[in-house]
Formats: sequence, C-alpha cells, structure tokens
Amino acid sequence: MAGFVIRRALGAVLLLVVTSMVTFAIFFVVPRLAGQTVDQLAAQYVGKDPSQAEIEATKVKLGLDQPITVQYGRFVKGIVAGREYSFGPSTEYCPPPCFGYSFKTQRPVWPDLVDRMEVTASLAFGASVLWLLAGVSIGVLSALRKGSFFDRAAMITALAGVSLPIFFTGLLSLALFLPTGVSYVSITDDPLAWAKNLLLPWITLAFLYAALYARLTRAGMLETMGEDYIRTARAKGLPERIVVTRHALRATLTPILTVFGLDIGLLLGGAVLTESTFSLPGIGRYAIDAINNNDLPQVLGVTMLAAFFIVVANLIVDLLYAVADPRVRLS
Amino acid sequence: MTAPFLQVKDLQVSFPTDDGLVRSVNDVSFGVARGETLGIVGESGSGKSVTSLAIMGLLKGAKRSGEIWLDGISLLDASSEEVRKLRGRKMAMIFQDPLSAMHPFYSVGQQIIEAYRIHHRVTKAVARKHAIDMLNRVGIPRPDKRVDDYPHQFSGGMRQRAMIAMALSCDPELLIADEPTTALDVTVQAQILDLIRDLQRDFNTAVILITHDLGVVSELSDNILVMYAGRAAEYASAEDLFTAPEHPYTWGLLGSMPRLDAEPTDRLLQIKGTPPSMINVPAGCAFHPRCPYADLASRTLVPPLTEVAPGHRVACHIPVEERRRIWQHDIRPAVEGGR
Repeated sequence: MAGFVIRRALGAVLLLVVTSMVTFAIFFVVPRLAGQTVDQLAAQYVGKDPSQAEIEATKVKLGLDQPITVQYGRFVKGIVAGREYSFGPSTEYCPPPCFGYSFKTQRPVWPDLVDRMEVTASLAFGASVLWLLAGVSIGVLSALRKGSFFDRAAMITALAGVSLPIFFTGLLSLALFLPTGVSYVSITDDPLAWAKNLLLPWITLAFLYAALYARLTRAGMLETMGEDYIRTARAKGLPERIVVTRHALRATLTPILTVFGLDIGLLLGGAVLTESTFSLPGIGRYAIDAINNNDLPQVLGVTMLAAFFIVVANLIVDLLYAVADPRVRLS
Repeated sequence: MTAPFLQVKDLQVSFPTDDGLVRSVNDVSFGVARGETLGIVGESGSGKSVTSLAIMGLLKGAKRSGEIWLDGISLLDASSEEVRKLRGRKMAMIFQDPLSAMHPFYSVGQQIIEAYRIHHRVTKAVARKHAIDMLNRVGIPRPDKRVDDYPHQFSGGMRQRAMIAMALSCDPELLIADEPTTALDVTVQAQILDLIRDLQRDFNTAVILITHDLGVVSELSDNILVMYAGRAAEYASAEDLFTAPEHPYTWGLLGSMPRLDAEPTDRLLQIKGTPPSMINVPAGCAFHPRCPYADLASRTLVPPLTEVAPGHRVACHIPVEERRRIWQHDIRPAVEGGR
C-alpha cells in the first residue's frame, strides 16, 4: 500500500511539472512560434499603449530576452523560492509561491488567488455535499423503483437539471427568491451570514450536479443489482436493506467517487458560471476579469492553480479508489 | 412414511415477458431427504436453475404455483420475511461462477462472517473464528491467513471452496449446488465434488446438485431428475437411470458422455438438433423434434409422467416394452461400446 501511495504521488508531481511546462509554453513559447516578436510579447504584459521604454523594461524583467530554458528556470524558481523582476532601479518582488506578477495591477498574482480561494472553496464544498446527498439518494430510489412514477418524475427533473444552464437557473432563482442579490461574507466573520448568502448559489450549482449524479447512480445501481454477488447476498438471507446498501450501493459508489473527485477538482479551479451569475468574488470571477483585462500573468496563475487542483483531485481519487476497491490496491 | 425433508409438488414457474408468458417450469415434483442427494440434469434452459431459485425464493417477477415444503413449512405460503430467515440458515446455495458470486470489495472472511452473523447473535471475533474453522473445514490451507484475502486472490477451486464454506456456515439442512463445478478445471472438479460429498455426510445435509453433466451426478446422486424444456423427462434412482434408462433424451445424454473405456474409434452418440426456445415450446412431447422414435402421439399430446417401476418415472409415449427393447438392443450396446 505504501508503495502504491508513493508511486501515485510521484506520478502526480511529474504530471504537475509537465503541466507547468505546457502552461509556460502556451504563454511564452507558442506566441513566439506564431510569429510574435519579443517586443509584441512584452507589450502584452504592460498596460494599454505602452511606451518603448516600458516594453524594454518588461522584456528584461520577464527575461524575455533570455534563452527559453533560462526563462522556464526562472518561472519554476519563482514558484519555489520567489522571484524579483528588476530593470535598472525599478524592482518588483514576488514572494513564493510566485505564480506571476501583474504589471497592470502592480501586484503578485498568488495573494489575490488565495483571497478568492475561500469563496470558491465555500461554494464548491457546500454544493458538493448537497448534490451528493440528493443525487445519490434519488438515484438509488429511482433504480429500486424502476419505471415507477417517482422514477419517471425524478429522471425528467434530472434531464431538466442537466440541460438548463446555470445562468438560467441562477438568474431565475435570484429573481424569485433574492432580488437583492448575494454578497459574500467570510465564514470566519459570520458563519450564519456565510451560509445564508451561499444557500442559493449552492442549490443552483447542486441542482445541475445532483441531476447528473442521480442519473449516474441510477444506471450504476441497475447494473449492480443484476450482479451475481447480489443474488449471493440474498441467498445468505440478508435483509433487502443491507443487500441494497452494503452490497449494491457500495459497489456503485466506487465509480461515482472518481467522477466526484474530478468534479470537485474542476470546481475548485473556478466555478466560472456560478460565480459570475451570483457576483461571487471567487477564482472563476478572477479568471473572467483577468481575461477581460488581458492580464496575462493573472490568467497564467489561474491556469496553473486550476491544473494543480485537477492533478491533486486525481491523486486523491486514485488513493481513495485503492481504499474502496481491493482489486486496485494489489495490481 | 413421512414426507421427505424437501418436498416439491407440481411446481410451476412462469415469467411474464413481452413475448407472452414463458413457462419455465411445468408440473415438476420431487423430494429430497436429509443426507440424500438429488441430481437435476438438463441442458441450459431446461428449467433446472429456475427450479432451484424458485425453492430459494430468489426469482424476481416470477409466478410460482404448486407446493414447496421445507421441513414442514410451505415456502409458497410463507411471507417473504419468513423465507428470508430460512435462506442461509435452513437452505443455502452455491453458484456456478464463484468469482462473480462473491462481492469483489469484501474479503472472503468478511463475507462468511456476514453470512454467519445474520442468523447468529455473536460478536465479530466469534464469527471470525467460525469463518476460519469453516475455511479449514473445506480444505483451505492456512485459513487464519487466507480469511483476510479477497476473492480475486483465490484460485477458482479455492473460491468455490470458500463459497461452500460460506453456504455451510450456518449449518443449513438443504444445500443447492447450481453447476458448482462447471467453471472449474477438471482436476479441481473432482475435489469439489468429493468435498460436497464429505460435508454432506458430516452434516447430514439434503443436497440438490444441478448440472448439465451426467458424469457429475453419477458420482454423488441417490436420485436423478432429468429435465427437458421445463418438464420432468425421467425421474429415477441413480442406479436405475444408468442401468435401465427409458427416456430417449436420457439415452442421448448417456450416449454423449465420453468414456475412458471406449475404443478411440467409437463415436459419441449425439442428440440431434438444438434445445427448444422456451417461448416456442414444441407441442406434444417437447423432445419430439429431436427424437428418432417420435410418433403421432408425441407430436400432439404431452406425455404424462408415469411410474414404470417403483421410484422410476418416465414421460414418454413409446410403450414400455418397446422402450426396454430399444434400450437393450440398440442403445445400450452403443453406449457401452468398448466393453
């Protein structure tokens, strides 16, 4: 088991290194390959209508005049040990982990991301509890009563849930229940206000995912209930309640766990639509704003953070899978 | 004479399907006493597995009629909760493919412990000790270690042994073995059959052995029920069935058994044609399209199961004397070819 954990963790680290290379390449190598001059590239990192002097300064600060390997080396060093952007007398310091420095806002990216992480994490974890509870239990009930009125009603609702976009259900729920809109309150300041404000975003986001999970659970349960080992469990004389929970649901939940981990990982990288719809200052909103302002260091930072969450979520899912399914552990 | 431990009378099982009512089992009757083994033989679709699942009450959406008596309890009249409590404790079942029949996420020990603790109020430690005892009993080496292994870490034969340990953990009085050796290597098959026989002797269990392989039942069974298309074709003691079979289908089964003592040049007898579909069962005797002796009556009337000798019942239209003549002169020499 220890070997398995170490192997998977090393794999995740390797994946992160590759991700950083690819992200770096997209921002610093691909534009050059596409024919941009160094000056044009540098111009994108300063404000509108930059002077030649500003471009020169940014070029040196970012090291764009250096070979690509040196640039990547500095990029990685920044993440690990922090980084200074200096040209002549002007120096900007970016403490570790340095995921870039926005020359437009004159701020390092990482502290901004940390500030917004709380919002996104609150949104993602709150919603995930709701959708897991609702989705899985509806899916199980639907599968056990396949073809019943409940099953049909649930599946039609689920179809609607999957089909309706967040900005529709979100705006609709805002108009119906909270015309004044929501404003984020930190959980450390006032937990009650925190939950009260997030309730609507949670439900809206959870509705989408609960629909998906209900369908997944239903399909999984229908398949599992036909397995030979379910017949064995009944032949042992187990009450149906235990057959369903301990035997069928246990086997059904394992693949759902995989999807769940990836969904959480994705959401932590920014619930773009939900945050935009409810004006929540999270990672997703930050990404949208960064793109609108053409602030490349910010975009780069968000990209790296999102990739980080996906990789970590994947790792956790792998490890949990090994706990859940003994066949994975030993192969 | 008292009724045997398990008594099945005129059992009918049917499933409503989109193509109409499928009668999987028709008017099947048999009895099994404690310590006795009944072999049920037939091709796939002959209704042998459905019969056993009907006894266990494990058929979903099936209509059952007739009578099933287990130790004086009418299983068809008992509530599903009553039958559930009998499952595992009074009647247990082992299945064809032990890999898919065991839960992949739980260790073998956990599954035996669970089976034991449903019916016995004991601590986990006591149940675990019992599970190790059972594994030891079915011949699994180092059971105190293997008890924590998962089904996929066992070999096929070991898995079936573990299944048997699980089925016998509550000391059931009826054990139904549904093709217990079909998924196993030939060398392992004999070991498993020996194990079932030994355990049956020790526990005085009534056993129903379901198989398509006459060789398997010949070793273990006291009585044999040959089923064809959901009906009993022949029901006799094992000795009678092998020395004086009277149904053409039984002859076919016997003839298609490979024998070690046959000349290499002898060909196996085969049953022509394919098993009937249960949706479109042939009229009259269901076997008539494949039967070389079929006459007009076979095509139109279902032959009744009639007693031709004490304890020997056959459902066939051929007159008894004629059947015995055909067996003596035509079939027996061919079946016993090399001798």
